[in-house]
Amino acid sequence: MTRLLGQLLRSREIGIFAAFVIVVVVATSINPNFVFSRDGWRDLLLTPTMLILVAVGGAIVIITRNVDLSVGSVVGLSAYLCGRLFIDLPGIPVIAVFAICMAFGAVLGFVNGVLSAYGKVPSLVITLGTMYAYRGVAVLWAGSNRINASDMPDSFLSLGTSSLLTIPYLTIVCLVVVLALGRYLHNRRAGREYYAIGSDPEAAELYGLKVRQRILVAFVISGALAGLAGVLFAARYGTSNSQTGLGLELMAVGAAVIGGVAIFGGSGTVYGAAIGAMLLMTINRALPIVHIQDFWQQAVVGALIVGAIVLDRALALRLRRRLVVERDDDPPVVDKPDPATTAAGQGSTEGAAS
Amino acid sequence: MTTLRARTSGDDSLLPSYGRPGWRRLATSSEAVMVAVLLAVVVVAALAVPHFASTTTLGFLLLDATPVLMIALPLTLVIITGEIDLSIASVIGLGSVLFGILIRAGVPLALAIAVCVLAGVLAGAFNGFFVAVVGLPSLAVTIGTLALFRGLAVGLLGTTAITSFPAEWQRAAQQMLGSTGIPAVILLVVVLVGVFAVLLHFTGFGRGLYAIGLNKEAAAFSGVRVNWSKFVTFLMTGAVSAMAGVFWTLRYASARGDNATGLELAIIAAVLLGGVSIFGGKGSIAGAVTGVLLISVLQSALRLDGVNSDAISVVTGTLLILSVLAPSVARWMRSKRRVPPAPA
Repeated sequence: MTRLLGQLLRSREIGIFAAFVIVVVVATSINPNFVFSRDGWRDLLLTPTMLILVAVGGAIVIITRNVDLSVGSVVGLSAYLCGRLFIDLPGIPVIAVFAICMAFGAVLGFVNGVLSAYGKVPSLVITLGTMYAYRGVAVLWAGSNRINASDMPDSFLSLGTSSLLTIPYLTIVCLVVVLALGRYLHNRRAGREYYAIGSDPEAAELYGLKVRQRILVAFVISGALAGLAGVLFAARYGTSNSQTGLGLELMAVGAAVIGGVAIFGGSGTVYGAAIGAMLLMTINRALPIVHIQDFWQQAVVGALIVGAIVLDRALALRLRRRLVVERDDDPPVVDKPDPATTAAGQGSTEGAAS
Repeated sequence: MTTLRARTSGDDSLLPSYGRPGWRRLATSSEAVMVAVLLAVVVVAALAVPHFASTTTLGFLLLDATPVLMIALPLTLVIITGEIDLSIASVIGLGSVLFGILIRAGVPLALAIAVCVLAGVLAGAFNGFFVAVVGLPSLAVTIGTLALFRGLAVGLLGTTAITSFPAEWQRAAQQMLGSTGIPAVILLVVVLVGVFAVLLHFTGFGRGLYAIGLNKEAAAFSGVRVNWSKFVTFLMTGAVSAMAGVFWTLRYASARGDNATGLELAIIAAVLLGGVSIFGGKGSIAGAVTGVLLISVLQSALRLDGVNSDAISVVTGTLLILSVLAPSVARWMRSKRRVPPAPA
């Protein structure tokens, strides 16, 4: 029990969540409206949703030792598609728009996945290319057009504002997605295989895992979530144009890294990425309240990312030193594996996450 | 191993490029292909796009390409060691803002430039410290410093811009060499290209960078100072990025925190398009320069042809993907066509 508690306290998610709580508490103590007003509470829950979805998708891709830089462009395309659907097909059900945009994002992710997994080309380059290509398509398609709130039905826009038990609907959608993917990665065999592939792609291949297929699926998930994020953007802000989602890709990677997802794969959780995204967006909103000019937001975000990576390395080194000490202290028993080393070994594959 | 087997089967198309005779090596190198593509695009653009073949177009094309061209050089070195630097465009912004503030405070031009380059060196040292000394992944570190340096730049100046530069400075930055349509600043770029080409291709330090990119451990055991080399490449990237920031400020007579936002991926795309491998160990200065020029020419030609300049990114992105996929596809097709060589 104490062991579980200790592990919980040391887990990265709890640490990041604590940082998030501190930011919220400090901001609220200066301006109670940050949490205790209707708008403040809603913004707190609603603003990070888009980044959470994209960061979670990004995290799954990063866990397989790949990266998806095209998500910002996919969000832009999906948000514009969403608006076009309402304009071109009046009366289309909202749920169908959600489905179409997610499927569209999944197709774009599929292209990334096929090129990366089967082209034997690093995904960094491929998704850098598709980032430009998709953005260009958005510009060609949308031109200087802008989708306005008046183009979209009220039933859709109200999704962006209305809530259930003070929790906005969009936040609930986001929460369900994160929990479902978290369970998938943590409990399902397929989910564990992402970690195996990210830890050592060659070993995973030799072991008989369907490496390419898994990577393809990871990109499809990332694309579909970016598609969903595009719809959320349209619902929340009631507007979109060809520049929607610009620069989101690096924010997403940053959020995942802050949340403890190792950039070289094999470790981290989607919960961490989601909390990292919440922390990033909440800091952005809290800075003006603590009278730091919002110009400094990015500097703070950057310092956070660098700090998170340094912290990760320090923890990894400590873990390794402890494992060395344990190995030297009591040589491994052949019949019965030492529970301490087994637990620690598990910890090293999943970082401080488990 | 491949070399041996291919040689015994008498099939030299399977040889790695360095195993072929000199002229064939030159003609089939990815640089040669890129230069051919570049020339073809220039010829087609000159024939098909009105006003493309003019000194004005050439001048603006080269002026626009200058910052990208400058930074592409040290960045090539970084990528050849298998690392990456995403903070380059943010260092442009930081250099630009710092330059503006110094000039506004009455600091002489030469000193202001020196301070900016020094700031760039410090920014590079910051990256280099975490990557080479601490040993953190450069992709993650420089995503962090991308935000950090940009944040410093924007934070120092807020949303304001400094535009009170003497008009003759801006004229000097855009000065053409006589009536050739070649900007004078290209001389500086040519010097930089020469310096980096010699450094990469004709010094032990440069050869060491390839060794690091191919196999870090082997390089270390053969006496290459791996960490020091990496650190230096980041220093140089920071310094040149800050120089590009000064040029940017002078050319547009505007120092803003958000100058060159998002340019990092464009520069990286150009370098990779030029055949520099993202895995490290492969690439050349000539290739990187060709990559930058190819994108600049395409953008310029399409813009003159009336294509929305943002839509041109479709072409940039597709080109990048094709350029990295081409070797894989070629290998795949060869393996389909040929009977696999008998095991030696």
